[in-house]
Amino acid sequence: MPAILELNNLCKAYGAVVVADQLSFALEKGEALGVIGPNGAGKTTMFNLITGTVGAQSGEIRFNQTNITGLSAANRCRAGIARSFQVPQPFGAMSVFENVLVAATQGAGEYGNAANQLCLDILERTGLIDRANAPASSLTLLGRKRLELARALGAKPSLLLLDEIAGGLTESECTSLIDTIKDIRQTGVSIIWIEHVVHALLAVVDRLIVIDFGKKIAEGEPHAIMASNAVREIYLGIEADV
Amino acid sequence: MSDTQQYAIDRFSPASRIAAVAALVLIIALACGPWWAGRADMRLLSELFLYMALASLWNLLAGYAGLVSVGQQAFVGFGGYCLFAMTMFFGIPPLMAIPVAGVAGALISIPVAFLIFRLRGAYFAIGTWVIAEVFRLSAAQISALGGGSGTSLPVTIVKSIASSRALREAASYWMALAILVVVLAIVCLLLRSRRGLALTAIRDNELASQSLGIDIWRAKFFVYVLTGGLTAAVGALIFLQKLRISPDAAFSVNDWTAFVIFIVVIGGIGTIEGPIVGTIIFFLLRETLADLGALYLMILGLVAIVIMLRAPKGIWGFVRQKTDLDLFALSRRVVTRKKHQSSHANEDNKGEPHEPQTT
Repeated sequence: MPAILELNNLCKAYGAVVVADQLSFALEKGEALGVIGPNGAGKTTMFNLITGTVGAQSGEIRFNQTNITGLSAANRCRAGIARSFQVPQPFGAMSVFENVLVAATQGAGEYGNAANQLCLDILERTGLIDRANAPASSLTLLGRKRLELARALGAKPSLLLLDEIAGGLTESECTSLIDTIKDIRQTGVSIIWIEHVVHALLAVVDRLIVIDFGKKIAEGEPHAIMASNAVREIYLGIEADV
Repeated sequence: MSDTQQYAIDRFSPASRIAAVAALVLIIALACGPWWAGRADMRLLSELFLYMALASLWNLLAGYAGLVSVGQQAFVGFGGYCLFAMTMFFGIPPLMAIPVAGVAGALISIPVAFLIFRLRGAYFAIGTWVIAEVFRLSAAQISALGGGSGTSLPVTIVKSIASSRALREAASYWMALAILVVVLAIVCLLLRSRRGLALTAIRDNELASQSLGIDIWRAKFFVYVLTGGLTAAVGALIFLQKLRISPDAAFSVNDWTAFVIFIVVIGGIGTIEGPIVGTIIFFLLRETLADLGALYLMILGLVAIVIMLRAPKGIWGFVRQKTDLDLFALSRRVVTRKKHQSSHANEDNKGEPHEPQTT
């Protein structure tokens, strides 16, 4: 399987704070990759770098074997990379349907009725159809997170980046979200998922990487990674050897 | 997936249908103005139309594209000077000179955009003002148009519009009405289009917009050039009506930007109805309070402050929040098709676009 996404030695720092330090990994077509790491480790920054809302200082991002490091965020979305934001960023005064329609028309380049049908289909799949006419600002947190997912899907991505989309959900909401994401995988979309809700992550992903201080510190089979010393060290604060 | 077939997208609500008919009736009634309105009323209405057009354009610029320009007087004045130059030097008929001034305004706004789009926020606002001052000072250098003291439109050109005074006044009234209708139609069609959807998204959230495939720079550039051109066309008409132009009048930040911002802010920025409501309120205030002199301006300021505190989204923003009214049919409503209505339990609210949906 060819890689859909490759990060080669990506670096980014805000002053002295390094948020991406020689970050490298590859994602195969159709693969689902989980990303964990403590708060402030640079996980969301990694998404910002991949989607182009933040520019890398050095390094290279390849998408479908093409160097996209110099591409704008808008063009990367049109090329097939869509994301959900950790802190939802709805178009507040627009309706839920119109929010998704923005993605379908601008990101996926759909027109007219095809765009409308795509959005309606997505709203049904994400359970938002009953709120289609509500202004996005009236949604609850769960609704906003679903809208993030719906909007990302509206752009018809081949690579979907999910940023803590299960955070703050109840158990049953989480289960239905897992089902939705599994369905999305079935359609052949590659996924990178940043998540603190580990059981949700493990139910979906094929592989896990651990990021701390902008560095990839572990990578591999999810359960093995969760049991590894590197993860224990980070989350439980046990210093292996000083 | 087959489930989606029972939904449809409705672009018109009962309110917007009624509004469309009402607007048509109103336009026809206003077009008949020369038969029922007096000379002074027609002048006042013309001025109102032109301000409404300017406000709608500034709203598109600031309210949708987020380009808070305080230098749109650059284009008003540029359009005015274009009209004077073209009619006086090249003998172009005044009526023709208006669209030509519009095209010239759009062209000149291109290099201006490349220059000031490097600036953000407050710097952008100041930048636009500086550009307008440059325009004003440049206009004052044209000695053939009277330099710093300005010039009047020669009588022959004025008479070329129409032979009699009554006809001239009617013509100038119709032109003002026509340009308002054109501007509102363009703004409305733009906002209803794909590009308008992108602009509305930019209005609400720039970060999400660019992540969903919207080229923000290009969208803003397009709006800047479009409003630059149309503002110049309106400016040309303003000074065709005044028959006299001077740099200070043409590039007045008070007349062509401060009042316009007041109108848009009290009416409701980021809504197409806002500038319309705002213009009417502005003229009501002006006509009832103008005799009070300086006190009038203080009352205007007070009104602006009260509205900004009590209803930050302006009068129309407040109305919209309460009623979800959309008179220009900009929204897209998901409705269920009647024949399938019985199959779903909780779909009642989808068929009624005006159901307030709060959590």
